[in-house]
Amino acid sequence: MTAPPDKIEPPAGLLAELTHRCPLGCPYCSNPLALEPREDELDTSEWQRILSEAAALGVLQVHLSGGEPAARRDLVQITAHCAREGLYTNLITSGIGLTREKISELASAGLDHVQLSIQDSDERSADLIAGYEGAYARKRLAAEWIAEEGLPLTVNAVIHRDNIARAGRMVELAVSLGARRVEIAHTQYYGWAMRNRAALMPSLAQAEEAIAEVEALKKKLSGIIVIDHVIPDYHARTPKACMGGWGKRVLNVTPSGKALPCHAAETIPGLVFWSVREHSLADIWQNSPAFNAFRGFGWMREPCRSCPRKAADHGGCRCQALALTGDAREADPACHLSPYHEKMQSLAEAEAKAGAPESGFAYHYRHMKQRQPAE
Amino acid sequence: MTGLAAGATSKPRLPRGVRLKYDATRGEWHLLAPERVIRADAIAVEILKRCDGSSTLAQIVDDLAAQFSADRARVEQDVRMMLSELAAKRMVDL
Repeated sequence: MTAPPDKIEPPAGLLAELTHRCPLGCPYCSNPLALEPREDELDTSEWQRILSEAAALGVLQVHLSGGEPAARRDLVQITAHCAREGLYTNLITSGIGLTREKISELASAGLDHVQLSIQDSDERSADLIAGYEGAYARKRLAAEWIAEEGLPLTVNAVIHRDNIARAGRMVELAVSLGARRVEIAHTQYYGWAMRNRAALMPSLAQAEEAIAEVEALKKKLSGIIVIDHVIPDYHARTPKACMGGWGKRVLNVTPSGKALPCHAAETIPGLVFWSVREHSLADIWQNSPAFNAFRGFGWMREPCRSCPRKAADHGGCRCQALALTGDAREADPACHLSPYHEKMQSLAEAEAKAGAPESGFAYHYRHMKQRQPAE
Repeated sequence: MTGLAAGATSKPRLPRGVRLKYDATRGEWHLLAPERVIRADAIAVEILKRCDGSSTLAQIVDDLAAQFSADRARVEQDVRMMLSELAAKRMVDL
């Protein structure tokens, strides 16, 4: 482990995973394969303490997420606590489990913003991807209620082989639902998405077509809707600044209280994660070995160590480096300078070719009882 | 639909979901929006504080030019540019 840089800036964002419970089974879920059970979840007062600590530490925005956060009976209480602490509060939801009344209560409690997921612009396909019949219709209804309440809405769509042909249609759907912002996010392969990678991977040609379509819409719809476009790593040339840098901008607290530098960090062997049940958030942010593991540049190898982009992209994603090279200190293979870059791209092409079109039947749906399977 | 050009009679306002907030931890102001935190410098703060949905752009410019004894044309250019950029990001309604 390397020494942390001298000055550690406070985090700007907290991803609060209130629960891993979710009625949907999306095969690209970013939750870990070993989902945390309800009996291990932090209770209301524990979350309230953590949120107060977060505000004192300098967190500006809280993302109430999951799983499906509406599965928590205390969601309104938790939201109200965020508002009391002056935190900008964003609800990341599937829309399933929200009622008209609940949305009113959340708005009154001080919720700032809602991010609603959609699986596809085509109803049948959307329900198949979610593994939940009627999900699409219920989401449309939730979007109507959110609009009626006057809450600002972002629509989030994760893009993969079975919906990539409709990336542009999903932007149009977001506009029609009244969203001011839409995330078109090509699947990032961690957790359940990694398990389902062969069923989700689009071809390079499909990815390029969808990217061009969405980039064109970005210009055309400027001032109507903001499009945040997450480009697919497996078809990229340079890596993303994952999490804005490890332990730099954001922290994640799991339903049972483990504090993680990112939601996939538990896949990296040897890291020790402290719990908010035993440490304050400030102590964790400053001193926990996991947060200090990849801060600064000392941990880097070549080609990152001497790279002029290292302060911009921080070497990309540690979890992806681990998954594809076997070592979390390698450059993210999304980078064209990585010796593993070609391997990553040929792997993507092989998986894209092997998959049958509209291969929904092949998903390993996200499932609560499933424990870490042997890969 | 929101137009992007900030006109003299525009009444700019921060839409719901966008907030100007002083951050005591860092000693600076931020414009908070969905998945966005933008640091607001002293000039931006003075402009944004006046975006109350009832003052026109012309009134905001007059007010700023008077308060800071600044050249009105220069102030107007700065205000229009900033608000048009923020409107394109849907962080200000014109």
